Amino acid sequence: MSSAPSDSSAVVSFRRVTYAAPGMPAPIIDDLSLEIRRGETLVLLGESGCGKTTTLRLINRLLVPTAGEVLVEGKDTREWDAVGLRRRTGYVIQEAGLFPHFTVERNVALVPTLEGWDEERVRVRVQELLRLVGLEPERFAARFPAELSGGQRQRVGVARALAADPPLLLMDEPFGALDPLTRAALQREFAALQKRLGKTTVFVTHDVREALMLGTRVALMSAGRIVLLDTPGGFLDSDEPHARAYRDTLLPPGESLSGFATETQRHGE
Amino acid sequence: MNPFDFMLRNWREILSLTGEHLALVAVSTAIALTVGIPTGLLLTRRASLKRPVLAVANVLQTVPSLALFGFLIPLPFVGIGARAAIIALVLYALLPVIRNTVTGVEGVERSVREAAVAMGMTDAQILRQVELPLAAPVILAGVRVATVISVGVATIAAAIGAGGLGTYIFRGLRQYDNNLILAGAVPAALLALAADAGIGLLESRLDVRRRIARSRRKGSALLRRVVWAAVALVVVACGALALRSRAGRADVVVGSKDFTESVILAEMLAQSLEARGLRVERRYELGGNLAHDSLVAGQIDAYPEYTGTSLMAILKHPPSTDARAVYEQVKREYAERFDVEVGPPLGFEDTFAILVRGDDARRLNLKTISDATRFAPKWRAGFGQDFMSRKDGYEGFARAYDLQFAERPREMDLSLSYRALASGGVDIIAGNSTDGMIATLKLVQLEDDRHYFPPYEAVFLARRDTLARLPQMREVIQKLAGAVSTDEMRRLNFEVDGNKRPAADVVREWRQSKGL
Repeated sequence: MSSAPSDSSAVVSFRRVTYAAPGMPAPIIDDLSLEIRRGETLVLLGESGCGKTTTLRLINRLLVPTAGEVLVEGKDTREWDAVGLRRRTGYVIQEAGLFPHFTVERNVALVPTLEGWDEERVRVRVQELLRLVGLEPERFAARFPAELSGGQRQRVGVARALAADPPLLLMDEPFGALDPLTRAALQREFAALQKRLGKTTVFVTHDVREALMLGTRVALMSAGRIVLLDTPGGFLDSDEPHARAYRDTLLPPGESLSGFATETQRHGE
Repeated sequence: MNPFDFMLRNWREILSLTGEHLALVAVSTAIALTVGIPTGLLLTRRASLKRPVLAVANVLQTVPSLALFGFLIPLPFVGIGARAAIIALVLYALLPVIRNTVTGVEGVERSVREAAVAMGMTDAQILRQVELPLAAPVILAGVRVATVISVGVATIAAAIGAGGLGTYIFRGLRQYDNNLILAGAVPAALLALAADAGIGLLESRLDVRRRIARSRRKGSALLRRVVWAAVALVVVACGALALRSRAGRADVVVGSKDFTESVILAEMLAQSLEARGLRVERRYELGGNLAHDSLVAGQIDAYPEYTGTSLMAILKHPPSTDARAVYEQVKREYAERFDVEVGPPLGFEDTFAILVRGDDARRLNLKTISDATRFAPKWRAGFGQDFMSRKDGYEGFARAYDLQFAERPREMDLSLSYRALASGGVDIIAGNSTDGMIATLKLVQLEDDRHYFPPYEAVFLARRDTLARLPQMREVIQKLAGAVSTDEMRRLNFEVDGNKRPAADVVREWRQSKGL
């Protein structure tokens, strides 16, 4: 897989990428190669410190590889204008990172405004997006982030990331800090949203259920490497030890593995 | 008179001084912000600069204000007055502004900054739209501290002729007048409290949480507008008042040094000039060598000086005892070096006066300093800091008269040494020959029979270009030649220092009694 030639539909390609932070003995990303295809949702799954967030940050040039290269639309991230690259890459993080001094409307409007859209177009787009993420504009547009629940903040975060209709969406454990019920609701809605929008998405999580539910492919990471890259079905059938360990956490006593896989697959499609 | 009556009676001058004070604080704070905030922002971008720059700002903060003024005065383009004061105030205000800017920006939540970067904001956009607005309350807290410090330090600016409320405080300290001290200190304290409250209000307005709460209730908008209008009005009014006092350009500016006698002499000149129809601006109570520096710089046109001081402190010559020769030398060198004319002597000397108690002088039959040398081994002496340190002071004096005291002379505040002598705490002091307290405390001045002390004849110094422009001024100065005897000067000093009367009134009466 790592030696496969980059086909034209690859939105992002990692080519033998190593990333080492200054002062750290071992590299965080170790000789990683990966192709992310147009329209897929690739989930990076792994434990804390396995390098999944770092992989994500290499895509929108929040980090630059110490060796190898990361190509976005066939162009090395180092050759991209960092600002231009980030404006066409949506980004959602766990704490949402909303600007506390901006209203919901201004938060969502951020990238279109930076891009110089005219006011009316921005206004219409914000309304459209708030409805898309399930927030009534009349009730929520004028609120400040501090006046929202955690789930509502995360919805605003997703709306903000999608505002300028970026071809690529990066999500770093976006639902990780939410309570289980809210998380489940958002996961379902996001799965539905993905089906409608078909955006190329890279999704970081340590939650195997989430990975299997949302991913078209799952990349299992360990110690800066991808140890398994497969569909959710392939993941569940794999004999790779890490994958088996994850799979075991899903097994309620007495329930069959294949049944769960089928269930997950159905849900994801 | 109680302090309240005093303030009521002098409200116009108090308001004008408050205006000057406010102007000093406003200008220096504005400069400190323009320098400090960008510096702070730079430090958040260049981590390696943070420690050294904050260390320097820290050190500046610890320099005592008088010492800082002392460093600043000799610098070119600084000199005296408002400019030096503003530079010092700016240096003090820098640390809180820089430090709070750094703290405020670094306090912006990591996820917010990361989101801003990831959304594709440029560094300038992040700074303007995210970091500055979110750091604003913390930065303002620094501005608040800086402003309150400035209000306090600005009182000390009076010592270098920058005006402000410190003028009253220093004058009050010199004259043991609590009314004056309070008339300076109370408005200064109120100013500090007002600045603290006003900026505090602004600070909470910028706080995100409060802003949210406020955006939910709209009713108080009118009230807020009224409050801000009132604040603006007060600032403008005080500023205008401060400006107005400078605006009416006078024909001539008379200065004085920072002690009572110098103010009285300057007032004599000022009133005499006004009697000739000239408009006079008074810039009194300039400390140290400021009066001289101001004269040379053309900020004042004339001020009273003493020939001995000119010879040693200004021209840096060794002491000399021949009054005539000193006068001629000073006159010649001032004309050559400073383009300043030395007027004729006013008729009295203000030299060091070696003083003992009147009953001691009678009992021991003391007339001259030589008479006293044999009693000295049993006496204790108390001398002012000035006398102990000057070239024509204690060391040479003790050598000239071969004096030995029971113990090393006590170094004390000059005015305290008078009281110590009168109450028997010490037995001999060095006062000023024209001091009003000599008569009040029944002290006797011993004659300088070995002519150790250089002559300190009082004279007026005037810029030659001013004299050429205003021929009346030369006539006025000529007319005051020999007009003041030592006894008269002692009486006038006592009227102001002892009886707490305004120098202007005392001089007006003196001019009437002289038929001027």
